[in-house]
Amino acid sequence: MAYLKKSPWIIHYDATSCNGCDIEVLACLTPMYDVERFGVINSGNPKHADILLITGGVNEQSKSVVKNIYDQMPEPKVVVAIGICATSGGIFKECYNVIGGPDKIIPVDIYVPGCAARPESIIDGVVKALGILEDKRTKMVALQKKEGI
Amino acid sequence: MSLIVFLLLFPLGIAFLQLFIRTEKARNVTVLSSCALLAVASLTLLFRKLNIDIHFYQVENTLIDQGIFAVEVLLSLFLIYISAKHKKYWVTLLVVLQSALMIWFELAHGHSIHTANNFFVDRLSIIMSLIIGIIGSLVVVYALGYMKDFQVHNTGKIADKRPFFFFILFAFMSAMYGVVFSNNLLWLYFFWEVTTVCSFLLIGYKNDQESINNAFLALFMNLIGGLCFAAGIVYLYLTSGVIELDKMLALTQGAVVIPVILLAVAGLTKSAQLPFSKWLLGAMVAPTPVSALLHSSTMVKAGVYLLLKLAPLMTGTNTGLLVALIGGFTFLITSFIAISQSDAKKVLAYSTIANLGLIVLCAGIGTYEALWAGILLIIFHAIAKGLLFICVGTVEHKISSRSIEAMDELVMRMPKLSSMMFVGMAGMFLAPFGMLISKWAVLKAILDADPILSVLVIFGSSASLFFWVKWMGKLITVVQDREDIEQGISKTEWFPLYALSGLTIAACLFFPAASRYLIEPYSMHIYGMASTMNSGNLTIMMMMLGLVILFPFVLPGAKYDKHVKLVDAYLGGANLEGSASFRGSLGGRKQVVFANYYLEKYFVETKTYRIGFVICTALLFAMFLGMI
Amino acid sequence: MNININIDPGTIILALFYLVAAPLFGGLLTGLDRIITARMQGRYGPPLFQPFYDVLKLYEKESIVVRRSQNIYILFFLIFTIFTGGLFFTGGDLLLVIFSLTLAGIFLVLAGFKASSPYGHIGAERELIQILAYEPMVLLTAAGMYMVTKSFFVKDILNFNVPVIYYLPGIFIGFVYILTIKLRKSPYDLSTSHHGHQEIVKGITTEFSGPALGMIEIAHWYEVAFIMGFIYLFFAPDPLIAVSLALLVYFLEIVIDNAFARAKWQVALASSWLFTLVFGFSNIVYLFIWK
Repeated sequence: MAYLKKSPWIIHYDATSCNGCDIEVLACLTPMYDVERFGVINSGNPKHADILLITGGVNEQSKSVVKNIYDQMPEPKVVVAIGICATSGGIFKECYNVIGGPDKIIPVDIYVPGCAARPESIIDGVVKALGILEDKRTKMVALQKKEGI
Repeated sequence: MSLIVFLLLFPLGIAFLQLFIRTEKARNVTVLSSCALLAVASLTLLFRKLNIDIHFYQVENTLIDQGIFAVEVLLSLFLIYISAKHKKYWVTLLVVLQSALMIWFELAHGHSIHTANNFFVDRLSIIMSLIIGIIGSLVVVYALGYMKDFQVHNTGKIADKRPFFFFILFAFMSAMYGVVFSNNLLWLYFFWEVTTVCSFLLIGYKNDQESINNAFLALFMNLIGGLCFAAGIVYLYLTSGVIELDKMLALTQGAVVIPVILLAVAGLTKSAQLPFSKWLLGAMVAPTPVSALLHSSTMVKAGVYLLLKLAPLMTGTNTGLLVALIGGFTFLITSFIAISQSDAKKVLAYSTIANLGLIVLCAGIGTYEALWAGILLIIFHAIAKGLLFICVGTVEHKISSRSIEAMDELVMRMPKLSSMMFVGMAGMFLAPFGMLISKWAVLKAILDADPILSVLVIFGSSASLFFWVKWMGKLITVVQDREDIEQGISKTEWFPLYALSGLTIAACLFFPAASRYLIEPYSMHIYGMASTMNSGNLTIMMMMLGLVILFPFVLPGAKYDKHVKLVDAYLGGANLEGSASFRGSLGGRKQVVFANYYLEKYFVETKTYRIGFVICTALLFAMFLGMI
Repeated sequence: MNININIDPGTIILALFYLVAAPLFGGLLTGLDRIITARMQGRYGPPLFQPFYDVLKLYEKESIVVRRSQNIYILFFLIFTIFTGGLFFTGGDLLLVIFSLTLAGIFLVLAGFKASSPYGHIGAERELIQILAYEPMVLLTAAGMYMVTKSFFVKDILNFNVPVIYYLPGIFIGFVYILTIKLRKSPYDLSTSHHGHQEIVKGITTEFSGPALGMIEIAHWYEVAFIMGFIYLFFAPDPLIAVSLALLVYFLEIVIDNAFARAKWQVALASSWLFTLVFGFSNIVYLFIWK
């Protein structure tokens, strides 16, 4: 019953990233790393996605979008913050309009550090996220049973 | 016999009665009861004559002939007067030509004409009389409520001439019965002309400049047909001494080439085929019940009825091929144009012309398979189109627009009506509903006779699928919750709506019976052969129908499904208020608006119409050349 | 009218076999497709069973909707897609098969409209344009097969003494052309896109998630099986040759998928109609003249 692990679909959102981490995320899809080997698909649509990858810190512009996209993902879902900006705000932390990492807005499950984060560590982060995804699924099923649905 | 006379004279009597009824209550009572009676009488005719191939009636005719002739002259005088008054001299010219021809004929040959049988009933006329008696009556009943609303909406703008309106409606029905029961071609011609005049008066009901122009356009085009009709009868009599329909049909193809061409042209004008389609589009200005009547059960159906009658004389001839081509091209071209239209009534009008084109195509091919398909098309089209027109009419009164683009969220605003519209549209093009069964039969008939024509039908039906589905889509799209505005529709409007929706579905369930007891014997009688549907396919069809009918029953269940969670639509993460608006790139609030594709750049109405006009005019000329 | 429902046990067994085998075959072919595609792009690609993992995962997910009734339309899309294939593989009437296929397609389009999202709406409109593009050719194919074999029944066409492709080369070319649309392959995957692709987000499927999306995938497998059956029909009666040629056609579609960028809908519509007329219709004319 662990099909979630075998087919993690991803949505990637650039909150305020400088594009460095974004390029690394996309690099994972290239022949060099080819994450489709593990069934990973970059879906581009929150309603199809299991894992939300966020790069960059959150600012006043992007905070509602981050929240919105997270809300539109079906359970179970996990959030992976990629790059040092997404884990804490990074060098932009003190900027007047930067709120901080996405964990100020939505629950983040995995933090992948690096500036920019290396593809290997991104893949590592996603693999860790799969474990959490499975946990959440178990909890969700238990909850549903309890509510008698 | 008495039943036929009743069907002819009863609506006529009621028509005159309507002229004197001024109160709404009395009108409601008389209209409702006489419509019910007509429906019952038509059904009685069905059960009485079901097993008879054809039944002729000898009517003592000198007096009636003279009476008809007198009315004809009076109508001509009326038309000459009114067309001269409005300076429509082309119309005057046509009336004068036509009357001159008929008067000369009457004076020169009238005394020597002896007809054995003036009326007849066969299974096709039973089918037609059911359509007139049931669908026509339902539309007339609908007109009660609609015209009341209509006059309220237009108080002070349009004079309340409802007694006159209902007078014409019933006269129209009487004339239609005349058309389908007449065996004497002169009588058929008379009733034919009466329907022309009635439609002229109905289209001009609003009495503004646009209505008057369109009424005269309809008159003009139908008079061209009338003139051809008259010429056809005269020529037929002079060459073969025949003045009865059954005797004409018994002649060999070679003996009646010219009359068939002339009568076919009359049929083409009445059924609004290209290049004569403009009049039916213009007829849209009239109140909706008029459109519903003209499009579904009367008028245009008279045209295709005549063509289907002539079908055996056209099988395999050049005339037949040309008629089939005109029908095929009309189907194709008008289906393309309908894609680009957003006015609901116009879409319906183009689709009517298209479907009539399909029936004309069947008549032109003229094989027994084609005949089977053609008659089925007449039945299914009458029901579904009648329903759709009155749906659109009701919606138009409620939302004050007949644009499809204004029908957003209709499923919420008018849940019952939009489901009826859904049924009507499904009936028009969707498997396993009626029209699709017929289209299937048409395709089979074409492939057996003239495979080249199949390309017209194939492209045309794909196009019709496109414009119906996007309309359906419009009805069910819901961006935000809307208020229900369905109250205030009168019972006389609801009843025909329910009845026709039920009939659309019932027709699919009972068409095997109709085919077995009416169409197949009719075809056996004419061709000695009959087309029928493979019983295995029928079973599968019924399975499909069962599945589709399941849909509305499963649908409400979704409301209570606990497994689903409601979320907003995906708007790139920029949702503002649910799914209804979003934050634009400059920070402003933007409303979510849906609009359908009309592909106007590619299917330009005027240009596409012109292409069809040129092609079909050329075909028409080729047909006339065939006379020489 | 005695509607004698004479369904022999053989047909029932065939139908049951189809019900199970078609999605397995369709799913495996899709998996193979993904591997071949990956190899063409210099990647390793997912496991062969990836499509099954995907769908099973979708059934582990929560079901979220925009409008409550939207998933019912998808359910009927699936039902009628299965019905279409069932009719086809039990040797039914080809025209009826096509009408049923269209009906299924219409339910999908209506689902797109019902979801009431801008992306879904664009997807629905595009899907409609695609139906408009491929429908004439599909009908013409049935017409051509009827003209050759004098029957619309799949079982009769299957047992015709020579492969119908001998008489229908033009129609075959036209049919393969529109297959690109039907298999949702680039350059004509306009209304919804597959796997990693995105086109105006995900077109019709944008608002469908979890089990509903799973149903769409399963329907696609059935569709793939049905389409392969249709290609098989051109090369019948020899099964070995027919199967290998059908697979070859599918491979050709994968090559096309990888070699072309996505085209505009205008191109899809105009070129499909052009192919229909030039190859399909001229084939019909030829058959008519030389019959």
